[in-house]
Amino acid sequence: MSQIICRDVSLGYDGQTVCEHVSFAVETGDCLCIVGDNGSGKSTLMRALLNLKSPQAGEILFGDGTRQKDIGYLPQQNDSQKDFPASVFEVVLSGCVMREDFRIFPGKKSRRSAKDALREMGLSDLGRRPFRTLSGGQQQRVLLARALCATQKILVLDEPTAGLDPQATEEMYETIRRLHRELGITIIMVTHDLSAVVRLATRVLHMSHLPTFYHNVEDYCASADFPRRKEGTNEDPAC
Amino acid sequence: MKIPLVEYFSYPFVWYLLIVGVLVSLCAALFGVVLILKRFSFIGDGLSHVAFGATAIATALSFTDNLFLVLPITVLCAVLLLKTGQHTRIKGDAAVAVVSVGALALGYLILSLNPSSSANVAGDVCDSLFGSFAILVLTPFDVWVCVILSLVVIGLFILLYHKIFAVTFDEDFARAIGVRASLYNLFLAVITAVIIVLAMNLVGSLLISALIVFPALSAMFLFRSFKKVVLCSAILSVICAVIGIFGSLMLATPIGPTIVVVDMLCFGLCFLTGKLLKK
Ligand SMILES: Nc1ncnc2c1ncn2[C@@H]1O[C@H](COP(=O)(O)OP(=O)(O)OP(=O)(O)O)[C@@H](O)[C@H]1O
Ligand SMILES: [Mg+2]
Repeated sequence: MSQIICRDVSLGYDGQTVCEHVSFAVETGDCLCIVGDNGSGKSTLMRALLNLKSPQAGEILFGDGTRQKDIGYLPQQNDSQKDFPASVFEVVLSGCVMREDFRIFPGKKSRRSAKDALREMGLSDLGRRPFRTLSGGQQQRVLLARALCATQKILVLDEPTAGLDPQATEEMYETIRRLHRELGITIIMVTHDLSAVVRLATRVLHMSHLPTFYHNVEDYCASADFPRRKEGTNEDPAC
Repeated sequence: MKIPLVEYFSYPFVWYLLIVGVLVSLCAALFGVVLILKRFSFIGDGLSHVAFGATAIATALSFTDNLFLVLPITVLCAVLLLKTGQHTRIKGDAAVAVVSVGALALGYLILSLNPSSSANVAGDVCDSLFGSFAILVLTPFDVWVCVILSLVVIGLFILLYHKIFAVTFDEDFARAIGVRASLYNLFLAVITAVIIVLAMNLVGSLLISALIVFPALSAMFLFRSFKKVVLCSAILSVICAVIGIFGSLMLATPIGPTIVVVDMLCFGLCFLTGKLLKK
């Protein structure tokens, strides 16, 4: 059953349309990768899914017992938290604030799930470290742990590997793969990395002014939207 | 002024002063951390000028207790500033500049036109800008109002601490998981207004920002977790207020500037300590 259905959605700012006729459905257990050029509206679409921005037209529906707040969010990197005094544990715990047992102060369950999320991300030893002294890759994983505290259903990841070195990128994708396959979390991920799309995606949304939705990766790889290398170089072996 | 320190405690006005000083600086320090991290501290600055203008109006209308006019006006402006900062073409900081300069000019104009205060306009203005000696004649009623409002502010901070952290650290994320962030922003603006009105009698409207900014920044030099920064800011602020109050009594200096100077010294000390600790 579909968890999220986007029906003929148009998005834009101040009357200017960025993209139109966005239609797709996310099934439980999907890994939807969203690709497209800079400025094609990927982050804007993520914000619409999170109800941070309302669509100019069309509708975004939730099904299969999904509620708006079942979506966890890993934002595209921003510098605003650069000088914020906060420990890693405080950041992760802030993902729990809307849980049932977190009325005014964190209950036992919230604390435990924050610890579990840290362990899941391999950050158990860093809980007391100031967030801003971590490396970019570690920070991304802390924010992913925070998202995991908020929900175990759907994760929206906006360029989770931007600014990471190849090693950290690999680890990040491995983590995401594990969350998807082992914990059965639905993943919606914006990425520029085609090898990740080929490896992880079950569906692909190609963003442009008029986006195209592909029901599986093979369709996407065979389409004209898939960026091919020039003659003479090897094509991606997976396709 | 050769009275020994303990002697001061036999005067009720010293107690009033201490109670008001400690509570107000505690409120300012707690929310100061949040305001700075949310880049809202400029709103505080603008609002302090609004509070000055409102006081002038209240004086001109010869209100028995200025608070009942100043508080609503300041809260109203806080809400308006927050809304304009978010939605309109006038950028937030420009809107604050417009409002604060306007209020300042209007306030002075009203005070100088007002016949009842014509004897000493300069003195009146100076009092409301830099804190008055009138704080020495606080009535029990003033003290009660201040105590109740401060306790409400501090209580709300403790109750909403975790949500405030979430909204301050990452507003988008908080919104996405269902925290009503705009409500919290509104709440912050209103609380800021209340703190400013409370602090106005103590340090005067031009110096309020110091109470909000200095302890929080000082704490940020020393600590790097939110909880520790908040606690440290609160403790530093209270200590500085007490030292400032006794300092001003013994040296017979105006209270507001004395407290602020102590805050500044503390700020410098924390800056140096922070530098040393990092090495
Ligand atoms: N706050 C805003 N106000 C006005 N226009 C905006 C705003 N944010 C984005 N835009 C415009 O919307 C378009 C889509 O932006 P968006 O951030 O969604 O792109 P993106 O696909 O995420 O790009 P990238 O790959 O660089 O992250 C861009 O043309 C951008 O200029
Ligand atoms: Mg983007």
